[in-house]
Amino acid sequence: MTFEQTLARLEQIAVALDREDLPLEEALKLFEEGIARLREATAALADAEGKVRTLIEQADGVFEVRE
Amino acid sequence: MATGAPGATSAEAIGIGEVTETAKAILEGAFPPLWVKGEVSNLTRHRNGHWYFTLRDRVAQLACVVWARDARRIPAAPDEGMAVVAHGQLTVYPAYGRMQFQVDAIEAEGEGLWKKAFDETKARLERDGLTDPARKRPLPRFPRTVAVVTSPDGAALRDIVAVIERRHRGVSVLVVPAAVQGDTAPASLCAALDRVRRLVEAPATPGVPRPEVLIVGRGGGSREDLWAFNHEDVARAIAASPIPTISAVGHETDVTIADLVADLRAATPSVAAESAVPVLADLEAQLATLAGTMTDGLQDRIAVGAQELSRRAGTLAQRAQLLTERRRVRCDRVAARLAQLAPRVVERRRARVETLAASLEARSPLAVLTRGFAVARGLDGATLGRRAAFTPGMPFDLLLHDGRVRAAATSVHGDAPHLRTDA
Repeated sequence: MTFEQTLARLEQIAVALDREDLPLEEALKLFEEGIARLREATAALADAEGKVRTLIEQADGVFEVRE
Repeated sequence: MATGAPGATSAEAIGIGEVTETAKAILEGAFPPLWVKGEVSNLTRHRNGHWYFTLRDRVAQLACVVWARDARRIPAAPDEGMAVVAHGQLTVYPAYGRMQFQVDAIEAEGEGLWKKAFDETKARLERDGLTDPARKRPLPRFPRTVAVVTSPDGAALRDIVAVIERRHRGVSVLVVPAAVQGDTAPASLCAALDRVRRLVEAPATPGVPRPEVLIVGRGGGSREDLWAFNHEDVARAIAASPIPTISAVGHETDVTIADLVADLRAATPSVAAESAVPVLADLEAQLATLAGTMTDGLQDRIAVGAQELSRRAGTLAQRAQLLTERRRVRCDRVAARLAQLAPRVVERRRARVETLAASLEARSPLAVLTRGFAVARGLDGATLGRRAAFTPGMPFDLLLHDGRVRAAATSVHGDAPHLRTDA
């Protein structure tokens, strides 16, 4: 799941949990999933380290990057 | 003409080539490159790229040519009758023996030619549907890598990198160098854009990030500096991008053809970077908000559940009480009725017993005795109701209504004529 998909799912869960007719059992299941997704999303934000690199294309069409 | 000069006498006549060459040299020497104003007429564009036209005013006309290499730099060919100023060199074209003006720049009044070129390119792109708002794609909300097609030494790249680093330290920038001004810029931009397209469409190369969004642009400059971004080929290369594009050319007020085909037009390179990359802190806050919403939601669900449970328990208790009450009332009623009925039943039974007793008494064989009958009983108490029960000489008792008489049978006979009813 991409970060975007994870966030979309989280939004879906938050909306579902706010529905009054949601059975408690279902709510607990959704909440559990939500917590797992939150962990994923938070980890994805934490571990990335952005870089600035230049794209180079060699004569044979092979791509490489240079810092 | 003085004698001795070339062509001074018929004997000294010179060739056409020499005349025209001389005229050319004199003309070019007398006129340095200059601006000439007039109205354009009869413009023809030769397929080798040269333009031919006439500049005229009310009294005269001047044959003009624009060589292909110069024509490329003029935004658009002027229209018939357009008032222009043309820059060039006055010369002689020997092959036709004709004076002509070699033009290398044309300016119409105001925005004239630039606007015309812009409009023409725009019309062609519109015809192909490339400027259709429905084509515009949404930008990815969370790109990991942003491709930037621009000059590697320009202010635009510096601004973009600074903004991205400030907003989200986790996002990478992939610089795809291109010339952004001068004659080579359109081809260079097209090549860079095509490179990004191939990188994105090719199977992933280890160590080479795949960008999810593309910024193409440059910092501010003159209209001529920005002109590559009005080039039709560049516009088409942007439109062909497999990932969403943001154009960022010059300043706020500069609108280019690239802006029309890009998925988003950013006023400046900095704004483009802001549009491309979310603020990390905002994302973290968004996650925190979501966590809060989920927790609140669950707590609400639990509260609602608990409320429902206690409501149902209450109803149940109430109902049980009601039920018990009802039963108790019914029991009481039954008990009262029983209490009411019991003496009457007893009374009735007793009366009945008495009646029965009376009736029994009436039916008692002993009662008959009062009417003069007697019952014979053996000494063992058994009723002797039949002749066969007697044997001659046998003692027995005769029960009378008021006592007993011991008797003995003298003889036993089969007849009792006074009892016969069939005689």
